[in-house]
Amino acid sequence: MIGLHFIYAAGGACFAAFAILSALDSDNAKRWGNAAFYALLAASFWAGDLIGDIGNGLLVLGLVLIAGFKLMGRGARVTTNDAQRADESTRRGNRLFLPALVIPVVALAGTFAFKRFPDIFDSKQVTLVGLTFGVIAALGVCYAWFRPRPVTPFAEGVRLMDSVGWAAVLPQMLASLGAVFALAGVGEVVGGIAGGIIPDGSLFGAVVVYALGMAAFTMIMGNAFAAFPVMFAGVGVPVLIGIFSGDPVRVAAIGMLAGFCGTLMTPMAANFNLVPAALLELKDQNAVIKAQIPTAIPLLAANVLLIYFLAFP
Amino acid sequence: MWVLLGIAVIVAGFMLRFNPLLVVAISALVTGLAAGINPVEVLAAFGKSFNDARYVSVIYIVLPVIGILERHGLQQRARTAISALKGATVGRLLLGYLVFRQLTAALGLTSIAGPAQTVRPLVAPMAQAAAEAQGADPDSDDVPAIAAATDNIGLFFGEDIFIAIGSILLMKGVLEGYGMFVEPLDLAVWAIPTAICAFLIHGFRLLMLDRKLARARTSSPAVEASK
Repeated sequence: MIGLHFIYAAGGACFAAFAILSALDSDNAKRWGNAAFYALLAASFWAGDLIGDIGNGLLVLGLVLIAGFKLMGRGARVTTNDAQRADESTRRGNRLFLPALVIPVVALAGTFAFKRFPDIFDSKQVTLVGLTFGVIAALGVCYAWFRPRPVTPFAEGVRLMDSVGWAAVLPQMLASLGAVFALAGVGEVVGGIAGGIIPDGSLFGAVVVYALGMAAFTMIMGNAFAAFPVMFAGVGVPVLIGIFSGDPVRVAAIGMLAGFCGTLMTPMAANFNLVPAALLELKDQNAVIKAQIPTAIPLLAANVLLIYFLAFP
Repeated sequence: MWVLLGIAVIVAGFMLRFNPLLVVAISALVTGLAAGINPVEVLAAFGKSFNDARYVSVIYIVLPVIGILERHGLQQRARTAISALKGATVGRLLLGYLVFRQLTAALGLTSIAGPAQTVRPLVAPMAQAAAEAQGADPDSDDVPAIAAATDNIGLFFGEDIFIAIGSILLMKGVLEGYGMFVEPLDLAVWAIPTAICAFLIHGFRLLMLDRKLARARTSSPAVEASK
């Protein structure tokens, strides 16, 4: 069946190529750090299910040490300059958009088509499988049209990957931290504190603590998924639903979105906030967060009002 | 109470600008020790979740395609295409992208766009080209940053309307834990009010950006003349 194994095989191959190209980049003083980091990720994709929990833990420690000791740097590979690119973009015209569009079109078509063949495709992973096929198809188009050397797309890819660097694995790390927090019972303690600071008998006060607590804990954990069970258990169930008879569905659904407002405001949500800043080569790594805060704060206030007015009888 | 030390480690680590991967790992260790879990067990729990979450990092396979297209002038083409469009302003362009992103995410198509897939190769250069035509500073971070912000906001406040997205399934699971059985569709419907608010708030900011650029432009020739 085509599912996660296929997707992870492709991911592993891509990172293995990044690792080899990094190792061969002799002008980059930190090439071995980059190569080791990408090689560990390739190993995680290819062999993560075989090396056991402790093996995966050690693999993560390797990634942490490489990043923590600042052993990674930007590659020094040459690419085309702006004048060459401008010239080629004029020559090739709008057809240059086509390979980029192949990815979403195949992902979209795959999402709908693969569901019809549940024996062949894992129906839970159709979108990611579609995306992977889209990337392979787009690469095929690029090879046929530009006729590059076989390694060139990966050399260009590692150039972009280097600008993301260690931030690439922060989301996975935070998911793992969430698991350790759950094991240690952090959620119960935080929920208990939040429940304890609600002014007695005030519905509006309880809604504010619930929504702001959701956003604040999301900012610390970098992910609303970690904050939701905590605040829902600490304030949502005992106070909003238990005392004030709130509608569980509306309290939950809008509460989660209050958490998403927190995601917009934290560097811990690296994949949404730091990675784009790195990919766009912005001077200030927090520029995306700063652009989001003026939307996030009024939207958080809107969520407080939505819960207050919609969720209670 | 001591288990909260892990949260303190995260906050302090960020303030002191240590590498976030290091901070997260130390926080996990401290939290585990405070709860009386032995370090090997913490390492195993950490490794297991890391392995389970690999699907998050698959998205980087698009980089070779984006990289080779950039090598052959994709970003320059995106700029040319937007300059040829009459009446294209950075605010209107990003407003259109916000609508596209919210609607496609609401249909579950979250992976067809994103910072690597669309913002870097297409949306940011288009927005920058439009903004420069309106007199924006070519070296400023402002326009690419708001392009990336628009992508996130469209995604976050669209995806929860789709019934099979992770956050909906998480809520369904948590509610079931309290004996409340709900349909994903009921949860998804209640994401719509916030989605509308997000569109109004962020859309308003985008249109204000056009006005800000127009104002800066009408005032700057005066500055030039006074020199």
